[in-house]
Amino acid sequence: MNAPLVHQVRDQTFWLSPHRLLYWEETASLVVSDLHIGKTGHFRKSGIAVPQQVFKEDMQRLVDAIMQFKPQQLIIVGDLFHSHHNKELDLFCKWRNDLSQLKMILVKGNHDILPDQWYADTGIEVTNSYHNAGISFRHDPDPVGADTEAYLISGHLHPGILLKGMGKQSLRFPCFYFTESQAILPAFSKFSGLANIEPRKKDTVYAIVNETLVKFP
Amino acid sequence: MPINHTSGYKHISEWLAAKGHRPFPFQEESWQAIVNGESGLVNAPTGCGKTFAVFLAAIIRFINAHPQDFKQQSRNGLQLLWITPLRALAKDIGRAMETAIAELELSWRVGIRNGDTPTAERQQQKRNMPEVLIITPESLHLLLAQKGYPDLFHNLQIIAIDEWHELLGSKRGVLVELALARIIALRKAANALPAVWGISATIGNLEEAMDVLLRPLGTNGTIIRANIPKNIDIEAIIPDEIETYPWAGHLGIQLAAKIIPIIEASNTTLIFINTRGMSETWYQTLLTVAPQLAGTIALHHGSIEQELRWWVEEALHTQKLKAVVCTASLDLGVDFRPVDTVIQVGSPKGVARFLQRAGRSGHQPGERSRIYFLPTHSLELVEVAALKQAIAASVIENRDPRILCFDVLLQFLCTLAIGEGFRPATILPEIRSTHCFAAITDQEWEDVLLHLTQGGVALQQYDEYRKIEIDNGLYRIQNRRIAMRHRMHIGTIVSDAMLKVKTMNGKFIGVIEEWFISRLEPGAVFTLAGRNLELIGIKEMTAIVKPSKAKKSIVPSWTGGRMPLTANLGRMLRKTLDSALHHNVTETALLALQPLFDLQEQLSSIPGEHALLIEHIETHDGYHLFVYPFEGRLVHEAMAALLAWRISRILPITFSIAMNDYGFELLSDQPIPIDDSNVYDLFSPDQLLQDIQQSVNAVEMARRTFRDIAVIGGLIFQGYPGEQKKARHLQSSASLLFNVFSEYEPGNLLLRQAYQEVLDQQMEEARLRDTLQRISSHPIIITYPQKLTPFCFPIKVDSIREQISSESLEDRVRKMQQQLK
Repeated sequence: MNAPLVHQVRDQTFWLSPHRLLYWEETASLVVSDLHIGKTGHFRKSGIAVPQQVFKEDMQRLVDAIMQFKPQQLIIVGDLFHSHHNKELDLFCKWRNDLSQLKMILVKGNHDILPDQWYADTGIEVTNSYHNAGISFRHDPDPVGADTEAYLISGHLHPGILLKGMGKQSLRFPCFYFTESQAILPAFSKFSGLANIEPRKKDTVYAIVNETLVKFP
Repeated sequence: MPINHTSGYKHISEWLAAKGHRPFPFQEESWQAIVNGESGLVNAPTGCGKTFAVFLAAIIRFINAHPQDFKQQSRNGLQLLWITPLRALAKDIGRAMETAIAELELSWRVGIRNGDTPTAERQQQKRNMPEVLIITPESLHLLLAQKGYPDLFHNLQIIAIDEWHELLGSKRGVLVELALARIIALRKAANALPAVWGISATIGNLEEAMDVLLRPLGTNGTIIRANIPKNIDIEAIIPDEIETYPWAGHLGIQLAAKIIPIIEASNTTLIFINTRGMSETWYQTLLTVAPQLAGTIALHHGSIEQELRWWVEEALHTQKLKAVVCTASLDLGVDFRPVDTVIQVGSPKGVARFLQRAGRSGHQPGERSRIYFLPTHSLELVEVAALKQAIAASVIENRDPRILCFDVLLQFLCTLAIGEGFRPATILPEIRSTHCFAAITDQEWEDVLLHLTQGGVALQQYDEYRKIEIDNGLYRIQNRRIAMRHRMHIGTIVSDAMLKVKTMNGKFIGVIEEWFISRLEPGAVFTLAGRNLELIGIKEMTAIVKPSKAKKSIVPSWTGGRMPLTANLGRMLRKTLDSALHHNVTETALLALQPLFDLQEQLSSIPGEHALLIEHIETHDGYHLFVYPFEGRLVHEAMAALLAWRISRILPITFSIAMNDYGFELLSDQPIPIDDSNVYDLFSPDQLLQDIQQSVNAVEMARRTFRDIAVIGGLIFQGYPGEQKKARHLQSSASLLFNVFSEYEPGNLLLRQAYQEVLDQQMEEARLRDTLQRISSHPIIITYPQKLTPFCFPIKVDSIREQISSESLEDRVRKMQQQLK
């Protein structure tokens, strides 16, 4: 059911999980994007009563994945936090403390607007891009200005795939999106929308259907 | 006391006589009732003096109270609160009232309060209320959001609700109910109840319409009817050759040339089009077909800049225009005297709406209204005959009041909370005194308060939910930013995310749906306000454009505004088809359709008045099942979902569903197992509610309904000028919220409301049940046409699609996957 699927990119092995994250075997890294921690809190503080359970469940899913894969480091491809500081971040910090041995690298996204000192205090390395073993991580999937040699992995878009069938049916799912030169990760947070992608023939898409990954083509 | 003995009456009738007028009997009747202190409802068409039926009564009462010095009495405080659904109406009614006041030499003032009222004037009104305040429901709620609002109503004598038939049946009507309950409770405490008077055009349920208004008063009322007869000429515009006319032409513009002579022979013509997108196309087409009309025809719809709309309305008054292409935007409002002809393009969807539109022409008492019906596909010609019959038999629709709109209640409580605050124990009985919330349970009330104060169920220690805070038992919103945001969102009219459209030098052209413009590339040409515009780019919340000379352009399709056919018109349609079946036709529109009927009969069948026709047709798209209940799009949507779900219990199967007002279609990639042996079971009214609730479609329908509810209930923040940057982190889509609530807080009040609204409003459950009853006791005809029939074609081509499935999600995706290979 929950079994991750393996996807190879340039001799590197990525295990994709339907829990909206991937595990990079060669570097023992867990890779996630667009967690938007604090988003429910931000809404609630402004009088918009979205259920806070979303946030709790997102955090639980991340902890479960860390327990399952036992990574040495966590690479966050941007938008770790949704906005300014709020109490939901305190819960994150508490959890961060419990896992202090885990190295955390944040590739800064457009939502990551907390002061630098805060990241330093929380033990999060912040960078605009991260390179390792021919793979480059940046938040924005737009390849302009990126290292063209490396394979680019990014987030930001919250990719969704629209599937069409006979009888004019259509369904939409969050997905992992791989092209020859880059990959876009699904948004980790369940409190996030979807932007449709239009894959070309050579591209590979893994749709997240409930608890299963379905590969296209 | 008989009114004609009062000094107020004498004064008024002398004034009228001096102008050569005499009051209509219904006006005198209303004056008498109002002077007696009664409440009630005046039933009169527009243009027949309904304003004066209530307004002059307020003056008569005032003169009677101050017979000697009524002319000198100034600063009398608010006497008459006049609630109107339309801003445009406010201006004209205000003008008429001011003229009367001046001529009667009273020292009254008339104030207008709506979104356009300048702040300075609002402040002035607050310090010193005019005697008459004309206000929209939304602005009335804004008034209740002010500190000290109870003082404004100290001298209030009469509350009038104009065009109540337009408000009743919508959530704006609920706004009126809640505001009335609050004001009446305030005055009850002071033992000085105002009279409440509704003013309404004819609808099927006038008694109920009155009872809804008067319920917080706890008294009975009187209905006063104007009984002014109205003669209407209805004529169909019939294509020359019915065979060549498209079965699903969408717009009817092929017939544009035929209306030019009508426009030219008339003084001023209103051309009603059902959607804004179509109205743009029509306007362009008319200019192409009849270039000589340039400068004398105009376009009027809800997305056009207000100044321009005002200009059009003014030009209509002063007879500068030959024709105006318009949408429901001109359904209401003041009468344009020069208008003597109305053209309705496409189905009006209901008898009442058609009558209202017809009534926009020739409103002088005794004059005839003239309306032409132009079909957008040939089958619509049947509607002409049906409408004529319905009008002859005075079959007019009800407007059913809304029940338990928790989204509006949440909004109203926040409104009170930013002003004076409220105490649950005092406010609950007031809320229960409305028709809308008469049945609210204690548990539901607890849920409402919990939602507002705690934000539902929270993760205690990490939560900072903040909206209504309780201060010594008083429920208030303290946070200024939350209060400001709430003020910006008062109201129940939810529009799609809109972008302003401006030219490079900042000239405002109109507004357009975000989803439409976001799909265009810079350089693309689209049509708005009758002009071809090239998109330069989108900046902040504005689309920058420049005029374009391109011949081709994209016409935006605006969502919304798709009314379903009413039950009355549906019944009349079936009757009309029945007469066609029996070749018992005299109506020219139906005679013209004969070739089409012949083809339908040859390929399939024409159903009798009570029969249900079902067609099985196979095409390269798959296996189609067409069903024709003639009950309107909403009932068809629900019935399609129901049928699909019941079939899917026989075997795993996936359908896509399409519908229009005449019928619906199930389309599948495998044969659909429905035949003589099981058809009555599949359409049985037994187990209806259970089956409906289990049909997958309810979720999708609720998802759509949830958008409005979430906006009204304060979950979606639409942003406002000046705070766009800060607001961005607070934006989310209704669909996303729907998912999140469904997964994490399924018992949420607003989510439950979405499902309830689907049942009541979307599926029209009561009507669906009636329909199934009808079907179950009458013949069902199943045919297997070799090709598409005239009946099915419009459904197949021009319709809205939904899906329903009994296959697992994983299986469906796998199937799609295989089809790709």
